[in-house]
Amino acid sequence: MPPETLFERITDFAARADPYPLYAELRDSGVARQADGSYLVGTYHEISALLHDPRVSSDPRSRAEPHEDPAATGLPPSFIGLDDPGHDRLRRMVMRPFGPPHSPHRIDELRGEIQRVAGELADALVAKDRFDLVDDFAFPLPVTVICRLLGVPEGDVPQMHTWADAVVAGLDFAPGEDPSPRQRAAREARQAMGLYLGELAEQRRRAPTGDMLSALVHEPGPDGALTRQELMVSAVLLLIAGHETTVNLITNGMLTLLRHPHEYDRLRDHPEEMPAAVEELLRYEPPVQLLPQRSPLADIEVAGVTVPRGAPLILVLAAGNRDPLRFPDPDRFDPRRPDNQHLGFGSGVHACFGAPLARVETHLALTTLLRRLGDLRLVEDSPEYRRSPVLRGPRHLHLEQHRR
Amino acid sequence: MTTPARDGRIVVVGASLAGLRAAETLREKGFTGELTLVGDEPVPPYDRPPLSKQVLLGRVAAGDCGLPARRPVDARWKLGVRATGLDATRKRVLLADGEELPYDRVLIATGTRARPWPHPEEAALDGVFTLRTDEDAARLAARLDAGPRRVLVIGAGFTGSEIASACRERGLPVTVAERGRAPLIGALGGTAAAFATRLQRAHGVDLRCGVTVTSLRGSGGRLTGAAFSDGSSIDADIAVVALGAVRNTEWLDGSGLAAGPRGVACDAGCRVFTMYGIVTDDVFVAGDVARFPHPLFEYQMIALEHWGNAVAQAEVAAHNMVSPGPLRRPHLTVPAFWSSQFGLNIKSVGVPTFSDQVILAQGRPEDRRLVAVYGYRGRITAAVTVDRAKWLDHYRHLIETGAPFPPAPGAADFHAGHEPVPSDVPDPRVLSHGPTVALTGHLPDRRLTLLRPGG
Ligand SMILES: Cc1cc2nc3c(=O)[nH]c(=O)nc-3n(C[C@H](O)[C@H](O)[C@H](O)COP(=O)(O)OP(=O)(O)OC[C@H]3O[C@@H](n4cnc5c(N)ncnc54)[C@H](O)[C@@H]3O)c2cc1C
Ligand code: HEM
Repeated sequence: MPPETLFERITDFAARADPYPLYAELRDSGVARQADGSYLVGTYHEISALLHDPRVSSDPRSRAEPHEDPAATGLPPSFIGLDDPGHDRLRRMVMRPFGPPHSPHRIDELRGEIQRVAGELADALVAKDRFDLVDDFAFPLPVTVICRLLGVPEGDVPQMHTWADAVVAGLDFAPGEDPSPRQRAAREARQAMGLYLGELAEQRRRAPTGDMLSALVHEPGPDGALTRQELMVSAVLLLIAGHETTVNLITNGMLTLLRHPHEYDRLRDHPEEMPAAVEELLRYEPPVQLLPQRSPLADIEVAGVTVPRGAPLILVLAAGNRDPLRFPDPDRFDPRRPDNQHLGFGSGVHACFGAPLARVETHLALTTLLRRLGDLRLVEDSPEYRRSPVLRGPRHLHLEQHRR
Repeated sequence: MTTPARDGRIVVVGASLAGLRAAETLREKGFTGELTLVGDEPVPPYDRPPLSKQVLLGRVAAGDCGLPARRPVDARWKLGVRATGLDATRKRVLLADGEELPYDRVLIATGTRARPWPHPEEAALDGVFTLRTDEDAARLAARLDAGPRRVLVIGAGFTGSEIASACRERGLPVTVAERGRAPLIGALGGTAAAFATRLQRAHGVDLRCGVTVTSLRGSGGRLTGAAFSDGSSIDADIAVVALGAVRNTEWLDGSGLAAGPRGVACDAGCRVFTMYGIVTDDVFVAGDVARFPHPLFEYQMIALEHWGNAVAQAEVAAHNMVSPGPLRRPHLTVPAFWSSQFGLNIKSVGVPTFSDQVILAQGRPEDRRLVAVYGYRGRITAAVTVDRAKWLDHYRHLIETGAPFPPAPGAADFHAGHEPVPSDVPDPRVLSHGPTVALTGHLPDRRLTLLRPGG
C-alpha cells in the first residue's frame, strides 16, 4: 500500500479533533505536491501571496481535469467560484445593498434583531441542566439572521432551516459511505431555495419591504440589475456561505473559551474585549480550514516550487494562521494578540463578503452566552466533529450547566 | 534603565502628521526625556486628505479632521509659533517668539505648503484660493455652499482633480486648466493620464489642457474671470490654485544642512546631510519635506507627498533617534498613494514616474476598473489601480523583489491585445501641477536640484 499523502491524513476523519500537528508538518514540508497532483500550501506568506495573485483562479473550470461539481444545480456559478471580471461585477452588485459605501448601515440596523434572537435562544437554555450548544443555539441563530437580512418572512424561516440543513449535509463526507443520496438531496435543496428566493424577489419587486432582496431588485447601481438567475444563486450563496461558518465560529468559540477558563471569566467580566477575542478565534480555530478550489491559470512559482497551470491548489488557511514566521507563539490562544491579521476570512478579492456581519453575530452570540449562562462544563472533550475537513466544527457540543 | 538615547531633549519641528506620529513613536520606544513639538499652525494636528474630498463635499467639517492620537504623548506643545532657524553648532531651534529651544536631537517635519499664484495682486482677489490647511478648506467649502456660477481649478494634479470632482458632485460648473497634456500626467505618465482626461470630460468638466492661465481678472477686489494663453477667457467667481507644493525649508537657510527647494536630504535612516553631503547624527527628517535615497529606484533621492510615507518615515526616524547604531532601521517602504475622484478609487504603489513602459495588466479602461503596471528597463517599478485596490499587495511584492517587466501572463482579467507601451512620463517643468513624487537625482547635495524625468 502506498504511503498516505499528507492531504489524505489531513482529510482523514481521525485528524478532525486536532489537525494542527499535521499542519505543522505541512508548513515544514514547503509547498507539498500530493500523489493526486494537487499542491498544498500551509505557510502564511505564501498563502497570502497566492490569495492576491491575479493568476490564481477560483473557477473550477480552470482545472486541468475539471471535476464534476457535486453541487451542480444547472444554475450559473455563484461569484465565489468565478474570477474577475465576472466575479467583480457580481460581488459589487450584491454588495451594494449590503455594505459601504452605498449601504453603510445595513448591518448596524440588524444588531437589535441579532441581539433579540440570541437573547431568546439563550432564554431557552438558562433553565436547562444540559443542552447541545449546536442544535439549541449556534445552528438556529445564523439562518434566522440571514433570513431577516434578505427579507424572508418569519413563517418561512423553518423551511429555510430545513433546506440549509440539507445543503450543509451535502458538503459533509464520510469515508466508506455512498455520498450520492446526500448530494442529490443537497442539490434539490439548493434548487428549491433558489426558486423560493427568486419568487420572493419577484414579490419584492412589486412591493418592496426595505430588506436586502427588495434593494437588490429595486435599486440597481451603475451596473444595471442582476438577472433572475444571478439573483437566485447569489442569494443562495449568502445563505450557505454565512451559515455553517458562523455556526462553527460560535461553537469553536465556546469550546475554546471553556478550555481556557481564565479567559472565559475575563471575557465575561470584560465584554469590551470580545471583538479582539473573536479575531483570535478566527485565527486559532478558523471555521474555514482550507480553500480547496483554487488553481493557477499559468505555471506559477510558489516558494521555489513550480505549480503547473490547472493543478488543484489547496490553501490551508488554518495552517497559515499558526505559522510561527508570522505569529509569535502561534499555538497559544491569546485573545489580546496584537497585529492579528489572520486568514480566517481569506484575503484578496474573494475575502469574506459577510465578515462584518459574521463579526457582529459572533460577538453578540458569545457575549450573550457568557452573560446569561451559569457555570458550564464540557460533557465530552473532545466533542464529536462534523466530517468535513473544510468547514470544521463540532457536530454537537453537549454542555452541563450549574446555575450560579 | 535609561540609555543615553532614551534620555535628553528632543525637539520636533512641524506638528502635523509626521511630527505627531514621530512623537508617539518616540514615547512608545521608551524615550523618557523632554519632548517639545513646535508647529506654526494654531490647532492640534489634523488630517489633510479629507480636505479635498469629504470636506469640500460638505460631508465633514474642516474642523472635524483632527488626527486621532494612537497613544497619549507627554510633550510640550508650542503651537502657533514658527521656527525661524536651526543652529546646528549650538544645537538650538530658534523660534519666532524669540525663544531658543536647545536639543540633543531634532526632527524636521515641516512638510510643504501650497504653491501660491505667482501674481500677488491677483492672488489677493476675493475668490482666489489654495488648499493645504483646514482654514483653506473651511473657507473654500463655505464658498462652494454659496453656489458659485463657475469654479476654475488651476492645475490638474491629484489635489486639483479632487477639487474638480467635488465641484462636479455638487453640480457646480468647473473649468480645469492644465499646462501639461492631461490631468495627472505628472504622477501617472501620459498613457494613464489619457484615462483621466476621458474621466473628467465624462463628468462634465470643462477641461483645458496645454494652456496656462495668463491672468486672473477682478473687479472691485473680487475675482470675475480668467484669461488663457490660447486667447480664450472665462467668467468664474472662484479660482483654486492647485499648482503643487513648496517645501518648507526656508527656515533652514544658513543652517549648513542640505536643505533647498527639493527638500531636506537624508540617508536611508532619516539622518540629514550637511550641504557637503556629510551625514549628521542629531538632525533627522521625515514626511513631505524629506528627500531620501531608495534602493528600489536605483538609490536616487526621492521626495514623496504621500500620507503613508509621512507615517512610515516618521516611525523610522523616531526609532533611529532613540536607538544605538546597530539597531537602527532603514526607511525602505514602497511608496503608496491613494486618491478618490469622480467616484473612483485610485491607488498606486511604487513610483509610476520612474518608468519607461506601462501595460494594462488587468481590466479595461472602458470598465473603469483596471490595474496598470509600470516598468523601468525590464523591472516592475510601480502599479496603479482604479477600483481594484485588492490586487495591490501582489504588485507591491513584485516591485519589492524587482520582478521582470512586463508581469508574467495569466491574470484572469487580462485582456488579450494589451501590450507594453511607453509610459510617456513628461518633464515636470512642463506641468502646472507639481508631481507628488519627485525623483531628485543621486546626490544629497542641495546644489543638485535638477529634476530627472523617468525614462
Ligand atoms: C488637500 C490635500 C489632500 C491630500 N490627499 C492625499 C491623499 O489622498 N493621499 C495621500 O497619500 N496623501 C494626500 N495628501 C498628502 C498628505 O496630506 C501629506 O503627505 C501629509 O500631510 C504630510 O505630512 P507632513 O507632516 O510631512 O507635512 P505637513 O502635513 O505639511 O505638516 C507640516 C507642518 O509643519 C508646519 N510648519 C511648516 N514650517 C514650519 C516652521 N518653520 N515652524 C513650525 N511649523 C512649521 C506646517 O504648518 C504643518 O503644520 C493630501 C494633502 C493635501 C493638502
Ligand atoms: C464566521 C463566519 C465566516 C467565516 C469564517 C467565513 C469565511 C470565509 C472565507 C475564508 C471566504 C473566502 C473564500 C475564498 O477565498 O474562496 C469567504 C467568502 C465568502 N463569504 Fe464568508 N465567512 C463567514 C461568514 C459569512 C457570512 C455571514 C456571509 C454572508 C452574509 C458570508 C458570505 C461570503 C461570501 C458571499 C463569500 C464569497 C466572496 C467572494 O467570492 O468574493 N460569509 N468566507
